[in-house]
Amino acid sequence: MGHPSDRSYSEDHEWVLVQGDVVTVGITDFAQDQLGEVVYIELPSTGDTMNQGETFGEIESVKSVSELISPLSGEIVEVNSALSDTPETVNADPHGEGWMVKVRLSDAAQIDALMSAGEYDSFVTKG
Amino acid sequence: MRHISITCEQREAMLAAVGVERIEDLFCDVPPEAMLSRPLDLDEGLSEIDLVRRLRSLADANTSASSLVGFAGAGCYDHYIPSVVDHVIRRPEFFTAYTPYQPEVSQGTLQAIYEYQTMICELTGMDVANASMYDGATAFVEAALMACRLKKRSRVLVSDGVHPEWIETLETYADSGLIEVEVIDRAGSTTSHEAVASALATDAAALLVANPCFLGGIEDLETLGGLARDAGALFVVAANPILLGVVEPPGVFRADIVVGEGQPFGCPMSLGGPGLGFFACRSEHVRQMPGRVVGRTVDVDGNDAFVLTLSTREQHIRREKATSNICSNHALNALAAGVYLSAVGRDGLAQIARSCVSKAHYLRARLLETGRFSSPWEGPFGYEFALAYDGDAFEMHDRMRERGILAGVIIESDDHGDLVLFAVTEKRTRDEMDAFVAEVISL
Amino acid sequence: MSESLANTPAGAPVRGPRQTIFEIGAPESSCVLGPALDVPDIDPAEALGCAVRSVPPKLPHVTELEIMRHYSHLAEMNFGVDSGFYPLGSCTMKYNPRVNEDACRLEGFAGLHPYQPVETIQGALELMCGLSEALAEVSGLPGVTLQPAAGAHGELAALLVFRAAHVARGNPRTKVVIPDTAHGTNPATVSMCGYETVTIASDENGFVDVDALKAVLDTDVAAFMLTNPNTLGLFDPRILEITEAVHSVGAYAYCDGANLNAILGITRPGDMGFDALHINLHKTFSTPHGGGGPGAGPVCVTEELARFLPGPVPVAFDDGTFGFDWPERSIGRVRGFHGNFGVLVRAYAYTIALGAQGLKEVAEQAVLSANYLRTRLRDHYSVPYDRICMHEFVLSAADLKRDTGVRALDVAKRLLDHGFHPPTVYFPLLVEEALMIEPTETEPLAALDAFAEAMIAIAQEASLGTELMRGAPYTTPVRRLDEARAARQPDLRWTPPEE
Repeated sequence: MGHPSDRSYSEDHEWVLVQGDVVTVGITDFAQDQLGEVVYIELPSTGDTMNQGETFGEIESVKSVSELISPLSGEIVEVNSALSDTPETVNADPHGEGWMVKVRLSDAAQIDALMSAGEYDSFVTKG
Repeated sequence: MRHISITCEQREAMLAAVGVERIEDLFCDVPPEAMLSRPLDLDEGLSEIDLVRRLRSLADANTSASSLVGFAGAGCYDHYIPSVVDHVIRRPEFFTAYTPYQPEVSQGTLQAIYEYQTMICELTGMDVANASMYDGATAFVEAALMACRLKKRSRVLVSDGVHPEWIETLETYADSGLIEVEVIDRAGSTTSHEAVASALATDAAALLVANPCFLGGIEDLETLGGLARDAGALFVVAANPILLGVVEPPGVFRADIVVGEGQPFGCPMSLGGPGLGFFACRSEHVRQMPGRVVGRTVDVDGNDAFVLTLSTREQHIRREKATSNICSNHALNALAAGVYLSAVGRDGLAQIARSCVSKAHYLRARLLETGRFSSPWEGPFGYEFALAYDGDAFEMHDRMRERGILAGVIIESDDHGDLVLFAVTEKRTRDEMDAFVAEVISL
Repeated sequence: MSESLANTPAGAPVRGPRQTIFEIGAPESSCVLGPALDVPDIDPAEALGCAVRSVPPKLPHVTELEIMRHYSHLAEMNFGVDSGFYPLGSCTMKYNPRVNEDACRLEGFAGLHPYQPVETIQGALELMCGLSEALAEVSGLPGVTLQPAAGAHGELAALLVFRAAHVARGNPRTKVVIPDTAHGTNPATVSMCGYETVTIASDENGFVDVDALKAVLDTDVAAFMLTNPNTLGLFDPRILEITEAVHSVGAYAYCDGANLNAILGITRPGDMGFDALHINLHKTFSTPHGGGGPGAGPVCVTEELARFLPGPVPVAFDDGTFGFDWPERSIGRVRGFHGNFGVLVRAYAYTIALGAQGLKEVAEQAVLSANYLRTRLRDHYSVPYDRICMHEFVLSAADLKRDTGVRALDVAKRLLDHGFHPPTVYFPLLVEEALMIEPTETEPLAALDAFAEAMIAIAQEASLGTELMRGAPYTTPVRRLDEARAARQPDLRWTPPEE
């Protein structure tokens, strides 16, 4: 499977990359593969707050809609607006250019509860 | 009649293949208490010749447009339907097909709808249109619901100038408790601007008006749209489709959603159904638009092809969060509308609209000349107008019917007593109108 | 190459760029104009003031021949019941008798204005009363409204009737329960009626899990919606227990009538304990589907609920005349005018043509044909709920996918090359790689056998590798579409090239 080891993962198939007090959030390679061709992404706006466990957006393939579930809480400081024109980037580069939001954490301890790459790999293998 | 080709012998062989002895064995899961132990209490079937005789006798028990010169409109109009329309929609590949879920073998339906969507956009001045809805009333309701979703507000303002049945339909849907409907008074036949302004002082998702109004008057869309925009409400216009050939489309007045009843485009009156509801909006709102929509794409060989798209808005995917529960459209009526608009074209539609307007103005002037009718208000109108009758309108209507004339639709109004609403389509001739006027004088 | 497309012979695959109707014809061409004016011409600018149109709409400019060629060409790219076997599960694609098409076009029906005085539409009203009575008898539910325009519209009308009845008893309640086999329209309708959906899982046989149902039933539940026979094509043997449980908390039982074709004259939703039912006239009563509509979705209810039905409803008076009436506590209108009357004419014609015995034969043959096909295919595809079925059954391509990599979608697309319309795929959701097959009663045995042989041949083709299957179809007017592109860059209308 091989999800990058520089970041943490949630059971809702999001990855979280910590860079100082700002974290970048996206969906995993496993998740994009399950969804199939991504055609539309609805993301929040800069300045919105997101709360762990709550929906912060939606991602659509041709015949499915999935909610994006916040892996942690904080204020959104940047949104990947390029995805509105090229949602297929999420399929092509889920862990890089396909990132979704950058968040200023309100509770850094939430990171510790997430999975490591190894843990996530075995999580998705078990199904 | 029966439409089953399987013979008794084949039936026995099929039962044997399935491994049961009798047909009844196939219904083994039905609890005995729920089985119908008697034949259905319906007559025995009919041969085709007897069926036709029966249906003809029912049809003949009605007085149709061909023997009743019609001046009735009020949302359903006796326009001419070019022959070519029915010849196209009777192609069985169109009318015996299902919703085009398998695009590889549904390109006919899909392309026809794409073309229909284009025509609706052109006529309304909007960016996108859906594949059609059940009728004008339900399209109108869907517009109100969409406005509430977009604005995250639940109150909608509806002009009393909208068709009363559409308002009633909206009020029925509002019984869900999801939306609140406030009806805005008229001043004459059109919406009172003062009433709109005061109602917009409180948050509203949308202002919904009709153009022309139910009673015929042309609205000032510029002013009404401005009032709605200034209050942060969406502007929804229900438009008469024929008049869109000559009046400025609602898109020019920056309407957010335009709906209407498309029956005048090639659908027979048929006691009011089936017609079609057309629905158009701005592209930025397309993901909140209800209903089916067709898009153009390519196939694996790179050839142009059409397909149902943006399906994630819909019930089969989004289920309880869908934009609407609608899972169909009035495809065959939309096809008829497309053929109709192709047949009349730009010039034909404008000419038909102009003909309707000219004739309506002629009849109104002649009726006023009789001294038996008076006009409760002045103002521009299209091909429909309301007059007050000096006397018992119902009796006049009955007397005219005895003379083979459908003398409009009687509207019981609070402010002007009984009004008679007349519509004059391009099918009416001067002779028919003069005959009607002569009968009025003779009363 | 594009110029020659309109001349592609019928039946041959059409490839390459396609012309829309906007791209053919000449600017000065037209086909139908308004009549010569016999009254003084009025300039719209004068009559309508500033509201006059400044830019004309870009409508087609074609001759009648160009219209017929264009739409004939489109028709040739379509597949209908008349083209071939159309076993689309849950859709009841039966033959549409032609006499019904003639009937609805009779001037005495098609030429009626909805606001004509009732004295002038007695035949239409008699027809509507006759149809209402027939639907009441078939459903075992005496209250009928013909207003709803489609099945989903009927669901909405019925749930609003339930809501009104609950309100009359003091509390609209908050929830509606549906099983996981439900059509998507059910939960969407629930939301539109201001209720919250509670979904319960089915049991291991695909039936309602009665214990799970009882566990969620309380006095907040307004209704339970069930398709019976269900979307697996199975009749729920515990139906009486189910409706009784629903009633025990004061909730109403709703029957989605999509599958009524299986039980005509055999058993009736009213006798199963349902309080309301919608009937898809375009399915069971053979009015054509029209490529997506118009249909009609009349609703039948118990006597108790009849007073809440949407109106107006047709009524027969004692003196032999007919009129319209409003139920005493009607929820109001659900649309304009009197329903899809043209569709009602066709359904009435179908009903009286078949009669009591003919309708029962429909159900018997529909069920026998489905079981016959199920039996013929069970050795070649897995049947997850393999028992006597009603008018349809669901196969799973899950084993096929595991063994060969070929999915339900590939089977469906390959069927197109064999000349058949595919079954419904990927529904119901609880069957993996579902293929839902409904043959209907009108198909000859030879068609059923040919379809079975094609399905078996496809299973064999699949075992030879996925390449052939993934590429299918090969013989259709277009091949598999780029649906992702359609959704990513929506192109929803034709635009002139210069813009």
